[in-house]
Amino acid sequence: MILQFGIIFLFLAIGEFIVWSTGIPVPSSIIGMILLAASLKAGIIKPRHVERLSNFLVRNLGFFFVPAGVGLMNCLGLISKEWLPIVVAAVGSTIIIIAVTGWVHRFVRKVFSHKATSKDELQKIG
Amino acid sequence: MDFLTNKFLLIAATFIFYLGSQLLQKRTGVKLLNPILLAIAAMIGFLLLFDIDYKTYQAGGEYIDFWLKPAVVALGLPLYKQLSTIKKQLLPLLISELAGCVAGIVSVVLIAKLLGASHEVIMSLAPKAVTTPIAMEISSAVGGIPSLTAAVVVCTGIFGGMAGFKIIKISRIKSPIAQGLSIGTAAHAVGTSAAMERSERYGAFSSLGLTLNGLFTAMLSPFILHLIGVY
Repeated sequence: MILQFGIIFLFLAIGEFIVWSTGIPVPSSIIGMILLAASLKAGIIKPRHVERLSNFLVRNLGFFFVPAGVGLMNCLGLISKEWLPIVVAAVGSTIIIIAVTGWVHRFVRKVFSHKATSKDELQKIG
Repeated sequence: MDFLTNKFLLIAATFIFYLGSQLLQKRTGVKLLNPILLAIAAMIGFLLLFDIDYKTYQAGGEYIDFWLKPAVVALGLPLYKQLSTIKKQLLPLLISELAGCVAGIVSVVLIAKLLGASHEVIMSLAPKAVTTPIAMEISSAVGGIPSLTAAVVVCTGIFGGMAGFKIIKISRIKSPIAQGLSIGTAAHAVGTSAAMERSERYGAFSSLGLTLNGLFTAMLSPFILHLIGVY
């Protein structure tokens, strides 16, 4: 387990270093995630080296968002004044994003890829 | 009474409220009783009741916040497992992701503006589809209120996680890849954990969605906001 923690935090630290040294406006955690996937792909790390901690963290992701959500209490005044635009815009835009992303994906797939791969994909996912 | 501001007590309370909410959802089987949402509401109620401010709560809460970053790194594992599919479909994934990103920012801004939201609220809402650290960064860069952004981001994630699969069904998105991708694009890590509950493969494409949308939003949102004339 110590190894698993060590690897996850090492990748986070590398992400932090890249952000610190280049100043790019991307969170260190996202860079760490991409580098972890790349290192697994390159075979530098084996899935079993991170599997236990990774599964635990990913499964409980929602819990880690609770304190940020509690931050709502700091803007209760603003929210009570403008709750309608906030709620309608957030909900409406979420629906639009899901539909647009899915539709464009289907459209581009139709234009670019072969029937064989899509059948293949459906079978794999089952 | 002063002991109620003890950070370990506040951390324990967060765990207990979350566990209680999970239990409540399991017992009643009501999907709407989202444990994240309930835990947030219960925690706010607790803090207001005992007159504890958010800053005091965060003395403990930051230790929970802290795990968000390693948890996002951990998403690298499910992402790795789907790399070969991603490679095969790189172009459709990138294009649909870009469309989702632009549609998301434009729609949230226009709807909020139409309904008369103030400028700072509009700017706080603009990056609401992406994960908290990126969203808060963008929000403060374009003149929004980062704490409002964080709260809206979390609520958007909860909504996307709860209603996302319904929306997918109604909009007839059939490909499981597109389904996972759109959930992650719209509802970041919270949506991803909901997708992960369905299957690891959904979760992987959802984490791809959150990554790409995070990157695109970070790079493009000032530009898009400028184009639609609000920034």
